[in-house]
Amino acid sequence: MYHKEKSIQIKNSASALYNNLSVLRIAPRRLTHFTVVHANMVNMVSASWDGLNYTHRQLQSKEPNVATSTSLIMQMYESDGSIMVYWHALDTPETPTAQAVFARGIAAVYENYICVGVSSGAILVFDVPSKGSNITLSEVLEEHKESITDMASECSGSQECIANLVTADDGGNLCVWKSGEEFQLLNKIPGFDMSCSSVKLWKGTAVAGYGTGQIRLYEAVTGILHAEINAHARWIYSVDIAPFSGLLLSAAEDSLVRVWHMTITPETNSVEVAHLHNECVTDTQICGARFCDGDGYAFAVTGYDLSEIIRYIQS
Amino acid sequence: MSMRTLPLVFINLGGEMLYILDQRLRAHNTSEDNSEKVMNDIVGTMFSKAFMDELLKPQQLYSHRTMKTVLTRLAHASIMRLNPASMDRLYELMVMAFKNQVFLCLRPKDLLLISYNHMDTIREFVKDTPMAVNQVDETHRKIIEAYSSLSEGELQLLRQTLLTFFQDMHVRVSLFLKDQIQNPNGRFALTTSGPVPHGTDVPGLIRIFDCRGREVRRREFPSGGSYTSSIREGSFELHGNRVIRLGMNMYTVDHPEETHTSRAPSVKVITYGSPNPLAKEELNLLARLMGSMKTENKPKDESGFRINLFNTDKEEAEAGASASAEESLYGVINIQAMQDEQAASELARIAGQFEEEEEEKPEKPSNNKGEELLAMMDDL
Repeated sequence: MYHKEKSIQIKNSASALYNNLSVLRIAPRRLTHFTVVHANMVNMVSASWDGLNYTHRQLQSKEPNVATSTSLIMQMYESDGSIMVYWHALDTPETPTAQAVFARGIAAVYENYICVGVSSGAILVFDVPSKGSNITLSEVLEEHKESITDMASECSGSQECIANLVTADDGGNLCVWKSGEEFQLLNKIPGFDMSCSSVKLWKGTAVAGYGTGQIRLYEAVTGILHAEINAHARWIYSVDIAPFSGLLLSAAEDSLVRVWHMTITPETNSVEVAHLHNECVTDTQICGARFCDGDGYAFAVTGYDLSEIIRYIQS
Repeated sequence: MSMRTLPLVFINLGGEMLYILDQRLRAHNTSEDNSEKVMNDIVGTMFSKAFMDELLKPQQLYSHRTMKTVLTRLAHASIMRLNPASMDRLYELMVMAFKNQVFLCLRPKDLLLISYNHMDTIREFVKDTPMAVNQVDETHRKIIEAYSSLSEGELQLLRQTLLTFFQDMHVRVSLFLKDQIQNPNGRFALTTSGPVPHGTDVPGLIRIFDCRGREVRRREFPSGGSYTSSIREGSFELHGNRVIRLGMNMYTVDHPEETHTSRAPSVKVITYGSPNPLAKEELNLLARLMGSMKTENKPKDESGFRINLFNTDKEEAEAGASASAEESLYGVINIQAMQDEQAASELARIAGQFEEEEEEKPEKPSNNKGEELLAMMDDL
């Protein structure tokens, strides 16, 4: 169904972090940006669609001045990584606690919000104006009690969905939100003390990957469990959805990437999941996997200690 | 990232160090008395209350340079001496062994079982010295107390922090190559067979439910591997069967060549390009750790005995020559220690070893860093 294509070399190896690959397709410029995190550095590769041009860029986190008591947790750049437009630091408590401070999980949410998860369980909501760089912190959502792991906005493109953001934490709990000037909590789906490391939202269905290797499909607003897959033998690090075709991608530390197909009919409340394909990345604990386009025609994979982005396209 | 890595790093790296030293001591036909003394001295220092309490404070995991410096000091807490080339090789072996264990452990909680495996064997090494056994037991209790309450997610964060620390290290170890744990390119083998972790189901099943939670359909899919159900869980108590084998002593006396290492040709030594802005914090930690180690048993170099991690002294000398060329690849902060105080303190000497590469310095650090460190040492 898929075959391996030429890999893209990156300047550093990928770190063992959940969802450690981002893909942004810029159709007007016929190129795709790939980003992979290595410790405190972001490696960006921009690949032209004809496969002839690869531009590399590295973004380093600007370390805070350790004399002050703030933790830098986020920097925002232009999509090609050229200019930093905004950064945000958190106040760290006076007495250092055993809990580290870090940001994890990010999503762009309708209409003009970017949400970022924090190790405390808080979610920072930033208002990003369509013009200019006057980004402001709009709200802090404090519903999760454990560290945020991942979050995702509704990707079907349909504006009929009530819920447009799902957030996940280290306890496997999922929160379902409706965005706005004040974000509204629509539902809370409890976890089973097992971390949910990756989550996506499509047609009102939350697709969650867990540390146990399971994938669960929940109806986001009601919390009804539609499907449960014993998908992987190790911790899942990434799930992704191709919204136009309903293809689902899952990748884990067991070195396997799997492709599934979901059929979701919200009107009849029916969900169907079928397994389509496996790829084994030998001796590699996969840390990121994403479709490169909305149909799922191609996908890319990163692995811990690997200095390349492996690509697969449909045969 | 995680602030709780240090105790596990030292217990596991220290444990690997003791396994290798034990093998070398026996391969060199060292006397029972000397061997026992070496083990007791190192274990006594490593598991001392002062040192462990420093490690248990929540803090970051710093550079390999710091870890190596402290571990060298630990090794030299005994009457045994290792020259820099042998210490470098020893460090590589320790790190690659621990990296393999962290990489392969089935689930994050197994990191604790790996640590307990190390502690169990260490206890065996010093079983004839009740005081040392007590120290190991005390430490073990503190570890149980500190880590039992961590969730799987927090332990995975700890594991990820360790994996980042070991990133890009692909030193080839003869024993690992022989047992096919490691490939010729230095990367570890990861099979798609064997038992699944505790709490995970064997992959291969899709279940569909209706709105009332009843299963309406189930289907199987090919897992692409041959997995079996999880085996029983190991014990997390002070004593017990840990079940997993990661962290146990793999070295045998008969095959000393097992501890040979070599760099895979295409792989560079790890370098950290930009100057570390947290270097001051790192030196503070180093000062505290060194200060917490007892120094009474520190003899002059002549009265101790040397351990060689190579086949011959000639090999060791050759390795030493090439090692010093690689030392300069570590980017660290320059401390201008005062001339007269340098002679007075061992810490100043070590601090003086933190030399920074000229080309990577954006600005010259002031002499204040050196003075602060020296002032701190005066207080110890």
